[in-house]
Amino acid sequence: MTVSIIRFGGSNCDRDAERALEHLEIDAEIVWHEDGLPADTSGIVLPGGFSYGDYLRAGAMAARSPIMAEVREAAAEGTPVLGVCNGAQIGCESGLTEGAFTTNESARFQCEHVYLRVERDDTPWTAAYDEGDVIEIPIAHGEGRYEIDDDRLDELEVEDRILFRYCDENGETGPDVNPNGSKHNVAGVLGERETVAVLMPHPERATLPDVGPTDGQGILRGFELAETEA
Amino acid sequence: MTAYTATVTVRLKHGVLDPEAETTQQALERLGFDLEDLRSADRFEVDLEAESAESAHERASEMAERLLANPTIHDYDVEVDER
Repeated sequence: MTVSIIRFGGSNCDRDAERALEHLEIDAEIVWHEDGLPADTSGIVLPGGFSYGDYLRAGAMAARSPIMAEVREAAAEGTPVLGVCNGAQIGCESGLTEGAFTTNESARFQCEHVYLRVERDDTPWTAAYDEGDVIEIPIAHGEGRYEIDDDRLDELEVEDRILFRYCDENGETGPDVNPNGSKHNVAGVLGERETVAVLMPHPERATLPDVGPTDGQGILRGFELAETEA
Repeated sequence: MTAYTATVTVRLKHGVLDPEAETTQQALERLGFDLEDLRSADRFEVDLEAESAESAHERASEMAERLLANPTIHDYDVEVDER
């Protein structure tokens, strides 16, 4: 049972994800997208980076590569899938999750530590936290503004599918603590199943104690949890 | 079969923020131009052969639906001309 980290041309957080999962003693391997999904895949990471140079739209090309059909199928069967940054953009472009991550309100690349409020604690990705917890995780993106039709966003709120929101260190949300202009300060959302999640912040960059805060560990431990339950 | 060029124009839906267009507008204003608003769009020119203009239009529209546009944030239109 191994977590497959899918590498596309231009992925650059695949090795970070591998190191972070190794640190948590979760088996993981990098899989080149053209090689297809290994049969023993127990979880899937869509890593960050700039797949296909962000041509057309961030994530648009990778989302239409053949392996993503396998990923969607696995996701529908309950395999945990986590999309991070470019992986979140790929997730939305491929229909694993709803909405779109597009140009930051600032029209700039934002690279900074942010605070996230955990909106649910009953998913594999957030079982390590309590609802309302504030965690510190870095972002690094130019296209992370969560955009979706207002009515659909209201429905996602009712369906409780917002997983993380940008906030201040006390957990208060609002325009002042919204690094990219995301609607409702959305930083991460769930797919149709709770085992599918995408987020713009980088939990794999907040996992190794040597590089700073380790608040991201709980998110990656979602793979461990999902594996135990399976 | 007839040779056509289908021009697919993809633009953000009304109401979706366009920070790049805003920045471009500000740069034009800094250069001294007087303008009320500016919108940007992507234009794709697709050369293809089809039985009819309708058929070319249909195929180009499917290209827009499946890749060129993201229906979550974009509207698009398609124009077909004989080459």
